Amino acid sequence: MDLSGKTLFVANRGEIAVRIVRAGQALGMTVVQAHSEADADMLAVRIADRAVEIGPAQATKSYLDVDRVVAAATEAGADAVHPGYGFLSESPRFARAVEAAGLIFVGPSADTIERMGDKARARATAIEAGVPVTPGSDGRIESVDAARSVADELGYPVMIKAAAGGGGRGIRVIADAEALAKQMPQAQSEAQAAFGDGGLYMERFVPDARHVEVQILGDGTRAIHAFERECSLQRRRQKVWEEAPATCLTEDERAELCASAVRLAENVGYRGAGTLEYLFDPARREFYFIEMNTRIQVEHPVTEMVTGLDLVAEQIRVAFGAPLSVAQEDIRLDGHAIEVRVNAEDPTKNFMPFPGVTGAMHIPDGVRFDTMLYEGYAIPPFYDSLLGKLIVHATDRDAAIDALARAIDGMSIDGLKTTLPLHAALARDPDVRGGEYHTTWLEDWLERTELN
Amino acid sequence: MAKEIQCPLPGIFYRKPAPEEPPFVEDGGAVEAGAVIGLVEVMKSFHEVTAEEAGENIRFEVENEGQVTAGAVLARMD
Repeated sequence: MDLSGKTLFVANRGEIAVRIVRAGQALGMTVVQAHSEADADMLAVRIADRAVEIGPAQATKSYLDVDRVVAAATEAGADAVHPGYGFLSESPRFARAVEAAGLIFVGPSADTIERMGDKARARATAIEAGVPVTPGSDGRIESVDAARSVADELGYPVMIKAAAGGGGRGIRVIADAEALAKQMPQAQSEAQAAFGDGGLYMERFVPDARHVEVQILGDGTRAIHAFERECSLQRRRQKVWEEAPATCLTEDERAELCASAVRLAENVGYRGAGTLEYLFDPARREFYFIEMNTRIQVEHPVTEMVTGLDLVAEQIRVAFGAPLSVAQEDIRLDGHAIEVRVNAEDPTKNFMPFPGVTGAMHIPDGVRFDTMLYEGYAIPPFYDSLLGKLIVHATDRDAAIDALARAIDGMSIDGLKTTLPLHAALARDPDVRGGEYHTTWLEDWLERTELN
Repeated sequence: MAKEIQCPLPGIFYRKPAPEEPPFVEDGGAVEAGAVIGLVEVMKSFHEVTAEEAGENIRFEVENEGQVTAGAVLARMD
């Protein structure tokens, strides 16, 4: 598909805006970059063909203002709008407004975003497509007796969750039947007090769970996967280090996991790039669908490195109506890739944000660094702290960790405190080397490790 | 002489713990040493701003949700 002469509007900022501007330009498109007052000198603005201011520094008044962004895109003569990740990327209202203005939204339909963005509907959709979900109660549990029989079926430990809760609130992990009898009434009255609804759900609790996720691509009729990533190293539920593939899986498990993601994508007629997130239970060797992200993801580069795909370009092409440019059998895994998030935070001071001025930078050869930085750039304090992503690719996981350690050693960004020292320490850690970690491992490690 | 409370970090200054709640300190109010007088949001994380010393008749120099730089005077008091 020839996209030259078409205009792409980038409704995002930071490193992902840079990535999208370059992808659009490589496709021959004219790229217009949106920016807030505080972002007038960001890298994406500098490299874009044109730039448009969309409001004050506060994201709610600029990057998150649906009407303003759509008006700016229309005025810029855009054919399509790329939402990046975060901000309005998973807003069905935004996707609808873009289409109502006669423009193309680079992503799935508003209906799909809405359906997959609702936890209960996403779970129901997964079950319909034959994708395993976390085993749990069939709806609400009202009595201790009912709770006991569900727990017996699931196996301990179990997790009880307030039906009206959310964001981790109202969750308890229950070790055995005795604890259940004691805690169930407490949890009910707590939920009643906190949410005005004493309803509880129960789910199997997965100890030492690992976070795996499958990259999918769809054109509305056909869907394919580009294998999986593992992102178990997290701090405060934020991923800090991501890999492809997930070495905790066997070949058979990988095939089964990826096939399940394709089933779900085809079931909803998915168009664009998306990610299905799963918990992997290493003891039971089972995986459970948790949620779907209907957008490009921060960690998409590791998938690109091991498959050779350009996910952002593919996303744009299918948004314009092109069929997928690759078949499933053309996508092969090549080696191992690791990405680490370089944030403007001081890991020696409890990750205190550090919005400084970028000094001299040295990035070693042979690595990929997707970044918003340039020398002299003053980082605005109004947005998240992600400066860039350092990505290495090697023949296997051991070689990739070695390459990462060397890259960090040879890398310098003057003037800023970054999370690079954290990654240097992780790359030296025997548990990380051995792949012996899970989603809460990093929090414990940080408790017992002195970084310097 | 007026005592100054300076902003420790650049970002956005909030006088209230949450949009629907009353401010930490009302205009003209008194504060104890160590009292929280506002929050600064920097890179999506929130940091408390405290008064180093006690004072009275506090006068804010920055509006709620105003942009601030590190070292900016947020408030003066007697």
